[in-house]
Parts: sequence; C-alpha cells; structure tokens
Amino acid sequence: MAYDFNWGVFFEELPGGDTEYWEILLEGVGWTLAVSALAWAIALAVGAVVGTIRTTDRPWLVRLGNAWVELFRNIPLIVQLFLWYFVVPELVPPLKRWAIAADPTTVQFAMAVVGLGLFTSARIAEQVRAGIQSLPRGQRMAAMALGLTTPQAYRHVLLPMAFRIVIPPLTSETMNLIKNSSVALTIGLAELTFRSREMGEYTFHFFEAFTAATLIYVAIAMTANRVMAFIERKVAVPGFIAGGAK
Amino acid sequence: MAFDFDVIARSLPYLWKGFRYTVELTAIAATGGIFFGTLLALARLSSVKPLALAAAGYVNLMRSIPLVLVIFWFFFLVPVLVQGITGAERPPQIGAERTAIITFIMFEAAYFCEIMRAGIQSIPKGQVYASYALGLTYGQTMRLVVLPQAFRNMIPVLLTQTVILFQDTSLVYVISATDFLGAASKVGQRDGRLVEMYTFVAVVYFVISVTLSHFVRRLQKRIAVIR
Repeated sequence: MAYDFNWGVFFEELPGGDTEYWEILLEGVGWTLAVSALAWAIALAVGAVVGTIRTTDRPWLVRLGNAWVELFRNIPLIVQLFLWYFVVPELVPPLKRWAIAADPTTVQFAMAVVGLGLFTSARIAEQVRAGIQSLPRGQRMAAMALGLTTPQAYRHVLLPMAFRIVIPPLTSETMNLIKNSSVALTIGLAELTFRSREMGEYTFHFFEAFTAATLIYVAIAMTANRVMAFIERKVAVPGFIAGGAK
Repeated sequence: MAFDFDVIARSLPYLWKGFRYTVELTAIAATGGIFFGTLLALARLSSVKPLALAAAGYVNLMRSIPLVLVIFWFFFLVPVLVQGITGAERPPQIGAERTAIITFIMFEAAYFCEIMRAGIQSIPKGQVYASYALGLTYGQTMRLVVLPQAFRNMIPVLLTQTVILFQDTSLVYVISATDFLGAASKVGQRDGRLVEMYTFVAVVYFVISVTLSHFVRRLQKRIAVIR
C-alpha cells in the first residue's frame, strides 16, 4: 500500500514551533470532556424535570413535556447547533452583542453546551418518564393513602426508585452524549475529532491521527461505563434492583 | 433585522436536489445496513468463535466512536483502499457523495446488527431444533424460518432506526457533501441568509421526522402480534 506509517508524528512540532501534535490532541480531549460534562449536567437537570412532569395528572404539563421531547428529538443535532450558533443570536439582540464582544471560543463552547444539553435532555426525559411509569401503580396510591401530597409522593417515593431504574439507559445516553460532542466541530469548537483532522491535514498522517482519536474515544467510553456501573452498584436498593452491571 | 424568506423560493430547485440526495442516502444506507447488519448478526451468533469475535469487535468499535469521526475515517480510507486494490498510481477521485454512501452502509450495519440480533434471539430455540429435525440445513433454517419472523418482529425498531439515520445523514456536511443541509448551507452562505435557510431546514426535518415517527407508532400497533 502507498501509505507510509510514522507513529513518531505525534512528537513533531506544528508549523510555527513550540507545540507538538500530541499536545493539541490533548487540548481537544479537554474540550470534549468539558462540553460533555456541562451538557450532561444541563441534560440531566432539564431531562429529570421534563420527564417527571410528563407523568403528572395535569394535562397542560404533560402536553408541555411531550412538546419539548418532540421538538428536540426530531431535528438533527447538527441543525440544532446551527440554530443556536447562527440563528438564535440574530433573534435575541443582547445575545448577539455578547457573541460579538466575547472570545469566539467561549461563544462556540457555550452554544455547544446549551445545544447538546437540551438535545440530550429530551432523550433523558423519555427515559425518566419510562422509569416512573414502570413503577407499580400501588406505590403512588400507597403514598397518597399515607397522606403525602403529590410533590411529597414524587420526592420521597416515586423519584428515588425511578432514578435508580433509569441508570442503565442513562449510561448509554451518557456515551451517546460524549460521542455527539464531536458534532460541535461544525461550529468551530476545537474538540478531539477537530484536532485529529487538523493534525491529519498538517502532516498527511491521517491514519495515525484518527487511530489516536479512536483509541481515546474508546477509552473515554469505557471509563464512563465503569463510573456509571459504580454509581449503579452504590445506589442499588437491597432486594429490589438485583446486582445491575458488573 | 429584516428577513428574506424569498431566498428559499428562489433556491428551491437546488434545495430539492440536495433533499433528493438525503432521501437517496437514507434509503441506500438503510437497505445496505439491514443487509450487512443481518449478516453481521448471524456472524455474531455463529458457533464459529473467530467469526463471532470479529463481528462483535467490529460492531463494538463502530458503536463506541462518533459518527463524525467514522465519516472522516472512511473519507480518508476509501481512496487509499481502492488504490491498494486496483494498484493505481494515485488515489482515485471518489467524491464526498459516494464515500458517504459507503460510510453510512458500514456504520449503520453495526446498529442494525444489534437490532437483528435481538430479533433472532427472540425466536424460540425450539423452532430451530424443529427445523433441523425436519432436515433443513442451517441456511434454510435461517432463510425460511428464523429470519422472516425476526425481521417481522423488528420492523418497528428497524424503522425507528431509519428515522434516526435520516437525521444523521445531515452529518455528511462535515465532508462538504451536498445533502439537504449542505445545499441550504451553501445557498445561505452565498446570499448571507443563514438564519432563513437553517430555520427552513429545521422545520422540514421536524415535520418529516414527526410524520414518520407517528406512522411507525401506528404501524407498531397494527402489526403487534398478540401473544
């Protein structure tokens, strides 16, 4: 094959000197993790609220929750990021002024976090709703019979169980979120995939660069998987959700 | 700011071309993905250990890295591989559109494999034993008994995955292929009308995805086998 391998390319310097290629890849990993972590926090908070209100007995709350999920699930992520980055600032003048004044990287980062977070929140809301609805009806009734109000029933009876039930599907949503963070390169954020392609373009060693990115993504996914499995074991209710993932 | 929605009307023929490519890519990738995914599923469930391991390795690798990275991988690899096979002097020009088709077939095969595997495993083992007892070969058992049922049971899931695929094809933007989003983006950049174009793209994707999902849910209710 015509391709000539050179695994030492990671320790060569970028044009202009000072930095070596492994350093920009590492910087990319940093952005990938930062976007993923913040977006995950937004997704979890919003998803938990939206998922919960979809199980209440207020029709307008249920409709609002359903509309939220439909809206964020039926537009491709890349289009949603373009809406946040290119369209929303045009419609909201204060945001536009901020976007012009702020450092471009900050704007890309903020929009990627919000876009990815809300996109994922719809998926998490779906899992939370399914988790609450999978509980036996008797639990809600028993809580009511004990004299708990609806918020109390959710707070002390339904949600503590539902959140434990949704941990396995949440694990796969977390991995999806980390993978999806690569779409942020389309609005210019220099995360891992962006950096590996940049390295390929500078050095023509695409194979080495993409291999490195692939291995890093696999490593991140495996770590996230272990962390979630650990949480799952820690919070398991004895006698209820047996074992879980090893 | 002033909106100019006329830009959409003016560029409709070009957008339509991009949209046709999106639909084409979705259809080809779904068909090819289901075909190769089924083969992969059979390989994963095979009693030949190396084959099962290789299939599992491929599927797990594809599922653990971002689609964007997979698109970049194939965009770089396909010309190099074709050159290696044909022995041409320089890498052939294949083009983003055709590379995308190969990429999506290979990528979706991994996801469709997991769906078909679940479908195959949902068929009671007794049916396989009964087929062997009737003297059918492995190929006949799969083709005549197991796969038709597995496929039927999994139709709603396969269609749901296809709706996801329809949305995911927009990522070919990263190799500058002219799909629906690519076409809209090119017009928007030329005319300085990104706001109108991206809003239009979002509305179109939303309407189509909601309609398709609704259709899948109705189909699911209709074909559900009462057990």
